Amino acid sequence: MDGTLDTARAEAWIRALAAAVAAHEAELTALDAAIGDGDHGSNLRRGFEAVLATLDDAPAASPGALLATTGSTLISRVGGASGPLYGSAFRAIGHALAVPDPDAGERPATGAPAVAAALAEGLAAVQRLGGAQPGDKTMVDAFAPAVEAFRAAAGDGVAAAARAAAAAAEQGATATVPMVARKGRASYLGPRSAGHRDPGAVSTALVFGALAAACRG
Amino acid sequence: MKKLINSPETLLADALAGVAAAHPGLAVDADARVVTRAVPAAPGKVALVSGGGSGHEPLHIGFVGPGMLDAACPGEVFTSPVPDQVLAAARAVQSGAGVLFVVKNYTGDVLNFRLAAELAAEEGIAVETVLVDDDVAVEDSTWTAGRRGTGATVVVEKTAGALAERGAPLEAVAAVGRRADAASRSFAIALSAATVPAAGRPGFDLPEDEIEVGVGIHGEPGRRREPMRPARDLAAEVVGAILADHDLAAGDEVIALVNGLGGTPLLELYVVFGEVRALLAARGVRIARSLVGNYVTSLDMAGFSLTLTKADRELLELWDAPVATPALTWS
Repeated sequence: MDGTLDTARAEAWIRALAAAVAAHEAELTALDAAIGDGDHGSNLRRGFEAVLATLDDAPAASPGALLATTGSTLISRVGGASGPLYGSAFRAIGHALAVPDPDAGERPATGAPAVAAALAEGLAAVQRLGGAQPGDKTMVDAFAPAVEAFRAAAGDGVAAAARAAAAAAEQGATATVPMVARKGRASYLGPRSAGHRDPGAVSTALVFGALAAACRG
Repeated sequence: MKKLINSPETLLADALAGVAAAHPGLAVDADARVVTRAVPAAPGKVALVSGGGSGHEPLHIGFVGPGMLDAACPGEVFTSPVPDQVLAAARAVQSGAGVLFVVKNYTGDVLNFRLAAELAAEEGIAVETVLVDDDVAVEDSTWTAGRRGTGATVVVEKTAGALAERGAPLEAVAAVGRRADAASRSFAIALSAATVPAAGRPGFDLPEDEIEVGVGIHGEPGRRREPMRPARDLAAEVVGAILADHDLAAGDEVIALVNGLGGTPLLELYVVFGEVRALLAARGVRIARSLVGNYVTSLDMAGFSLTLTKADRELLELWDAPVATPALTWS
C-alpha cells in the first residue's frame, strides 16, 4: 500500500486538500492582501467546493481520471491566475498517470516513480503557462523543490516520498519571504513585495501536505 | 465593512440580476455569466468580447452595446472570468467574421482568455486578442508581469468597436485596438484602499495623511507611499510620469480620460481635469477629446487615474463614432 497511489488515495489527497484550503482560507487571503488583491483563499475554496461536488457525484475510475477531472473543474470554476495554474497542474498530473497500461488498460494504481514523473509534468504545465522560474516568488518556488524531493525519495515508496515533498514545499514557501516578485500581481510592488510569503507558494505547500496526509494511511 | 450586499457569495449574481432589470439594451445570461447586446449586431460583423474581474464597473458590462462591445464576461470580484465563460460569450456573439478579445494585462486575465482562445479555435472560431498594457507605474517587463492594463481599455474598446461596426475585418479591428493601446499611457494614485467583500477589510492600511502612488485597479498597493498633497501637485505627478514615458510633443493632440477609482466625487475629478489640462497646455499638448468620471473603478477605492492617448485623425474619428451603451453614449 505504501508503494502506490491508488484511486482511494488520490481521492483522499483531493479531499484533504479541499479541507486544508477551507481551513487556511483566511490565511491565504491575508497573505494575498499583503502583496496581491486578497482573493486567493476565497477563490481556491470556491474551486475545491466544486471539486468536492464532482467527487460526490461520480466515483472516479482511476487516480489519473480523478486528478484530471479535479484540474478541469478548477479551470472551470476558479478564475484568476490560480485557476488555470492549479487546474493545468492537476490535469497534467492526471493525464500523466492515465497512460494506458498495455496489459491492464488504465492503471488502477501507480508506483512512486510514475507519481514522481507525473508531478514533474504538473510542474512543467505550471511553468509553461505562467512562465515563472524558481526565484520569481511564485508557487513554483514550492512546487519545484517538492517535485525534486519526491523524485529523490521515490525509492522509499509514495508515502515517504510525499512526506519529503511536503517538507520541501514548506521550506520552499518559507524561502519566498525575502524574494522580490517578478511574476503575477505581486510583481507590481517591486521591492515592496519582499518580506511576505507568496500566497501561491503557501497554497502549494498545502497541496503537498495533503498528499502526504492522504498517503500516510 | 459596510456594503450594500446580501452576501459576498451572491454578490455577482445579485448584481447581474440588477443589470438585467436596469438595462433593456442588455441581455444577461445569468448561468453562463455573460452579458450581450439585447439586439445582436448584424451577421458579418467582427464581435468584440471583453471581460475581467467584477468591481471595475462600469467596465466591462457597461460598455456592451452598438459601437462598442458585443459581449462582456464578468468574473468574481477582482478575479478574471473562467475560460468556459469567455468561450460562452464568444459562441453567443460570433457570426462568422471572428471574435476580438480585449484583455487587460493581468496574469489571471491573460491565462484564462488564452485558454478560451484555444478552445474557441478548436471550434473553428477565429480569435484575435488585443492585450491592453498602458500603466506606466510598472516599469520593466523583465522584472514584472509587464505593464498592467487599466484606463486604456476604454479607448481600445471604443475605437476597435467603432471600426468593427463599420464592417472591417478581424485583422484590421485588432490592429486598430493594438494601435490605440500603443498610443495610450496611464498612471493612478489612490487616496484609500478598496475593500473586497469576501475579504471584509481594506486591501491595505493607508493613514489619513498618506497616498499610494502608482496603483493598479485591483486594490493592490502601489509603488510607493507619500504624504497627501493638493490636487495640483498630484496632477503634476501623474502627468509627469506619463510624459516621461510618452512621445508627446508640442502640437500633439490627446484623448484624455480622468477616471475615478470608485470612491471619489466627480467634483474632485473635475478639479484634477482642470489641472491636467493646464499642465498639458503648458507643454503645447492639446486635449482633443475628454472623458471625466468613473469608468474603470476599483470598488470603493478613492483616487483617480489619468489616461492619455496620442490621437490621430483615424483614432479621433473612431472615438467620435456613435456609441450606445449604459456607460458611454453619444451619436
